[in-house]
Amino acid sequence: MVPGTERAQAAYPYYMQFTAADDQRFWFYNSMHFPEPMSAFDMVTAEAAYCALGSSTTRVHCIPTTLGIDYRIINGRVYIGGNAVTDPGEIARRTGEFQQRAFYYYGNWERLYAQWREKMLALIRDAQSLPKLELPEFEPLSNVHSGRGIATNHALLDTYQRTLEGYFRMWHHHFEFLLLGYGAYMTFFAFCKKAFPEISDQTIARMVAGIEAEIFRPDQEVRRLARRAVELGVDDEFKEGRTPQAIMAALETRGAAGRGWLDELATSRDPWFNINVGDGFYHYHRSWNDDLSMPFAGLPGYIAAVRAGESLERPIEKLQAERRQLIQDYRELLGSEQERQAYDQMIGLAHRVFPYVEGHKFYCEHWYTNLFFNKIREFGALLAAHGFFAREDDVFQLTHYELKAAIIDLMTAWSNGSPPRGPEHWPQIVAERRAAIAEWAKESTPPALGPVPDVIDDPAIVMLWGITRESLDRWLRASSDVASRELRGFAASSGVVEGPACVVKSVEEIGRVRKGDILVCQITNPTWAPIFQKIAGAVSDIGGSMSHAAIVAREFGLPAVVGTGTATSRIKDGQRIRVDGGRGVVTLLS
Amino acid sequence: MGVGAHIAWFDEIGLGDRAQVGGKGGSLGELKRAGMAVPPGYVVKTRAFERLLESLEREAPVRAAVAAVSPGDLAGVTACSRALRRRVEEAELPGEVLEELSIAQERLVRGGTGQPVAVRSSATTEDAAEASFAGLQDTYLWIKDPAEIIQRVRSCWASLYSVESISYRRKLGFPEERVAMAVVVQSMVDARTAGVMFTRSPTTGDRSVVTIEGAWGLGSAVVGGEVTPDRWVLGKITGEIAVREISDKLIEHVPAARGGVEAVAVAEERRRMPCLSDAELQELRTLARRIERHYGCAQDIEWAVDRGSGAILLLQSRPETVWSARDAAPIAKREEDPLMHLMSIFGTRRCP
Repeated sequence: MVPGTERAQAAYPYYMQFTAADDQRFWFYNSMHFPEPMSAFDMVTAEAAYCALGSSTTRVHCIPTTLGIDYRIINGRVYIGGNAVTDPGEIARRTGEFQQRAFYYYGNWERLYAQWREKMLALIRDAQSLPKLELPEFEPLSNVHSGRGIATNHALLDTYQRTLEGYFRMWHHHFEFLLLGYGAYMTFFAFCKKAFPEISDQTIARMVAGIEAEIFRPDQEVRRLARRAVELGVDDEFKEGRTPQAIMAALETRGAAGRGWLDELATSRDPWFNINVGDGFYHYHRSWNDDLSMPFAGLPGYIAAVRAGESLERPIEKLQAERRQLIQDYRELLGSEQERQAYDQMIGLAHRVFPYVEGHKFYCEHWYTNLFFNKIREFGALLAAHGFFAREDDVFQLTHYELKAAIIDLMTAWSNGSPPRGPEHWPQIVAERRAAIAEWAKESTPPALGPVPDVIDDPAIVMLWGITRESLDRWLRASSDVASRELRGFAASSGVVEGPACVVKSVEEIGRVRKGDILVCQITNPTWAPIFQKIAGAVSDIGGSMSHAAIVAREFGLPAVVGTGTATSRIKDGQRIRVDGGRGVVTLLS
Repeated sequence: MGVGAHIAWFDEIGLGDRAQVGGKGGSLGELKRAGMAVPPGYVVKTRAFERLLESLEREAPVRAAVAAVSPGDLAGVTACSRALRRRVEEAELPGEVLEELSIAQERLVRGGTGQPVAVRSSATTEDAAEASFAGLQDTYLWIKDPAEIIQRVRSCWASLYSVESISYRRKLGFPEERVAMAVVVQSMVDARTAGVMFTRSPTTGDRSVVTIEGAWGLGSAVVGGEVTPDRWVLGKITGEIAVREISDKLIEHVPAARGGVEAVAVAEERRRMPCLSDAELQELRTLARRIERHYGCAQDIEWAVDRGSGAILLLQSRPETVWSARDAAPIAKREEDPLMHLMSIFGTRRCP
């Protein structure tokens, strides 16, 4: 533990603190989902997600060889460990359960998935209809006359609990199908690797990935808006480097055409701009709707393309034909008719489940998570207005238990007519925790703790994190070998390119990206698609070959290496680098 | 016996003619048939060898002499080999054979590229069942003089009576009546770059990649292992270049002024330069796919890039043998319930 941060560390709930007994177990740092130190509140994402993930693997679908994921936090970093089932008798017993449960899901996939969408949209509507937070001086007369009998301050507690409950519930929806979906993909993946030992991960991904997945939609909306801007004749307002606010203000003065475009923008924003610039696991991963700089950064380039007569439509039919051909060509290479039939069965299954794997993220990690953090932010604004702390986002330095306490403190103060106690209590704690996070961010994080097992074959860990003994060795090597001029990661999208690196550490910097730059960032995300048209290649700290970044890079035909672990810290802004996306290697040239 | 009984042009033959034109000749004909660019040439058919043997047998026994030696008697084999080789190399060619050969050679020089030729033994299918049949891999390169061509044809035939060849046949009890050999005479390519490619990975047996190895100059340096070639692995279907190993190519084989080839040092600036461009790699991949489809099985292919035109020419294609022999049970079979495939991920532990 970093000295001086003990109190900040103690803020996390007791059940996620390391104990002496944990030393005997193998833990690895979940840098894929939690690449930065977690603030006290943001840990709720780990809690809710692992609670739901484990329910699915341990008790709902009963995966024969694994239970759920344990997690611990140290220095703000989330470490996770698997819970393998090793007793053959127990595996056999769970296999019976699994086939009654999971096989039912696979057998009724389309119906259950349609039902899932309904549930998920209802959950989103619930979150959207949560009341605004208000503490009027006197109870509204209508409430009194209607005999409601419950004062407005109670709504704070009620809304908070519903907000929190909805988030935990959302994660159950998230994992309802996910492991089953990944499992079907992994089955096909493992078969391909056996049949074609040298096939690249990205080729298998291309055979399985959907063409019309929701995840392409936000970028398509930006392209649509570019086309409309040209059609309406207001495209001259979209100049590189101009802020979204300035552009929108200018459009207000452009009469019907300007207002017409702003209406189009409003159409796109609901729901497609409910997409986070990160994976949605941190409160500061804001959405396009919260910060329009990302979609607007893509507009000038797309507008130039429209003016040049280029079609911005994705050639859906062509892409589908290419995918069919790819599948057909590999099928022909198989050695026997037996294998071809098995291949057909496995890819059929993968195609059947994959729309869920790709589609759920928009609803869960993006749309819902965004609603959730924004609601908490409202509590932050209310508490800040009552002097609990200086800024609304200070609220994320409280755990969700502490936030409930602060809300009750405020409710009590409103009822008693006395000042709340929070303003004396929280500011110094918030400052202390912010300082601790800054310290933790500077500290290097060991990729693994405890004894490293010879084989990592827990299906949950392999599926969700792609962690194998080999990848672990690679990480361990990378962290000890900083003198090397090369960084290694997953080969996400093939091609070789050289150019200046534009190291983007936060979304606010997205405006700095210039045509021909190689984007270097922590996580690329489908939301970054609009700037992919400008860049020559992409490198990220986090992500696998099936990550959405990889999918988008392949779509744009850009060389990309993801999951390097250290690109944003090792590569300097403006440094010349070479990206070999086919081999997964980044070379520092200057 | 009509004109052409002893000679066949590549475009007249295919794999089905291997009994008369040997494996190499049949394969070159088949490549032409598949629409590939193959340097022009002809095959001196096994019939020509048989005619020569007939005339030799009239003087003194040949086959019976071989059949009489015991494979364990090295001195006997050596003596037999020495005597028979000399007889084959010094024998007059039957008149008709000689005439057909001169006409063909003239036509090759006139109608062809005018380049010097390569003369190669082309064992018949029966013999070539073991590709490693000792002594049957004779190749004479960059031959300019017509008289030398005839001499080299005889050398190829004589190689059937090398010590290794005789011992091998005797050990297997191979009947001498079935011993025959064709000889390929082919215009050479003055290769800027040449090498081999495999439509199945030599290291993993993967059918989805094409492995290409090449070096500067004539392919003999690569085939003979005298240079470490550049090496690439391409996705057969995707064209992705997964491996690029550019080696330090110290020497290259080039035509010698007086005929034949010689090894020369590669200039410093070219040594570590890739010997093929990405476009050429992709063209080779396309050719590899077409050839493999034509034959219906994995192939080992020799190719060359013409120094003057930059065109890629195919010099040889033969079935891959190592991995094809290893293919055992299918890695997965159709399941009555497709969901059972999932148990390979969910239901098993790789390490109990």
